[in-house]
Amino acid sequence: MSDTLRSILIIIGVLLVTLSIAAGMIWLERRLLGLWQDRYGPNRVGPFGLLQPVVDAVKLFSKEDWIPPFADRWVFVLAPAVIMVTVLLSFAVVPFAPRIRVVDLNIGLLFFLAMSSLGVYSIILAGWASSSKYSLLGGLRAAAQMVSYEVFMGLSLMGVVMIAGSFDLADIVRAQRRVWFCIPQVIGLVVFLIAGIAETRRLPFDLPEAESELVAGFHTEYSAMKFGMFFVGEYLAITLISAMIVTLFFGGWMGAVLPPIVWFAVKTFVLLCFFILLRAALPRIRYDQLMALGWKVMLPLSLLNIVVTGGIVLAYR
Amino acid sequence: MLSLLQSLWLVFTHAFHRRVTIQYPEEKAYLPPRWRGRIILSRDPDGGERCVACYLCAAVCPVDCIALQATEDGTGRRYPEFFRINFSRCIFCGFCEDACPTYAIQLTPDFEMSEYHRKNLVYEKEDLLISGPGKYPDYNFWRVAGVKIGGKDKGESENEAPPTDVHDLLP
Repeated sequence: MSDTLRSILIIIGVLLVTLSIAAGMIWLERRLLGLWQDRYGPNRVGPFGLLQPVVDAVKLFSKEDWIPPFADRWVFVLAPAVIMVTVLLSFAVVPFAPRIRVVDLNIGLLFFLAMSSLGVYSIILAGWASSSKYSLLGGLRAAAQMVSYEVFMGLSLMGVVMIAGSFDLADIVRAQRRVWFCIPQVIGLVVFLIAGIAETRRLPFDLPEAESELVAGFHTEYSAMKFGMFFVGEYLAITLISAMIVTLFFGGWMGAVLPPIVWFAVKTFVLLCFFILLRAALPRIRYDQLMALGWKVMLPLSLLNIVVTGGIVLAYR
Repeated sequence: MLSLLQSLWLVFTHAFHRRVTIQYPEEKAYLPPRWRGRIILSRDPDGGERCVACYLCAAVCPVDCIALQATEDGTGRRYPEFFRINFSRCIFCGFCEDACPTYAIQLTPDFEMSEYHRKNLVYEKEDLLISGPGKYPDYNFWRVAGVKIGGKDKGESENEAPPTDVHDLLP
């Protein structure tokens, strides 16, 4: 009984925490961008502007929820839900602390990869269902991005899996007791980080959105909370990728003195800030550059990483 | 690749730079003395209105936001019967100040004139007139103009010789 209660509490807790992190990210991103661009960002609503996400949410909920008459109605409504659902489902396998996780899945890593791949459907479907040229171009780019990035996103993690000998994320964290995988798997880390940025459509790779070329890309036609769901989905995805990088490469909950959950939160927070720093510093790269980087640099690098790691693991076993 | 890391680091160091934003309502921006803001009508050092209602400002105004009506007091001194500036039209170009022959109309370093009702942006002469001489503290048009007004005859202005008697041929 207490086990059931405990897992229900964890589920509710994870849901609440991730959703409030996604809301807090709106504030954090704008404040940090302001900090790095020598300005303030939102600082009027509440102390330090902390109530800004609340005001934004109220605004999004009270806006007209408009479905364009030319849109493919059902797919149009479904698309924003898909990204929320897939990202939230991925959080089920993240081990926040030794005993705090929603589901103890022995193929957790594969589940995460599958869910993040499904999330891209949201973008493509939104671009397709909007029946607008900008949306379609955004969806098209999302598809191309997925084709080039999904491949080595999975491959880059195989080194970690080989060393840890498991797809279970908790086992992977435990395998980092002596040394974090960011040291032996530095290539895997860089490749996965870049794939993660592309996966979350963050700034150097935000081609599907590309507000300076495509109005707003795939969500041009969306308004009110349907737009808000893409927004929240994007922030959730960033949090998810940060949490996954922490789990896979930076020792998850491992750390001295402080309780495990705090270590996990601190590491994830630093990575979240890094994602925002990327947005503050780097310009969007061109479409063909993105594809070339994916196929000509990242894929060979991750294959090389697999071969070398595999050889070393075999030699020492 | 290295340049990317460099730019990441450069942007990161900006976290420790001074912020350029001025927190406006609490913190006011510096306005230079020549700032072209709210228009005023100034007075002579002796307190009389400087405006002689010559209509030059209304004529030069590119958006026609100045309206006035000239009139004269009993002594021959011209002044505007009404003087009206519609600030919802004004573009603060400063042409009126340039055109004014008596330094009466002047632009001031003040821009905080927001209103909730458009009609409140129409300023009448009472709203425009200030009590002082503005940017030209010593200038007094009626003291240097060779015009006869009450209390001052021709030739009695500053730096003005008495009028020549054209019927007198003597040097």
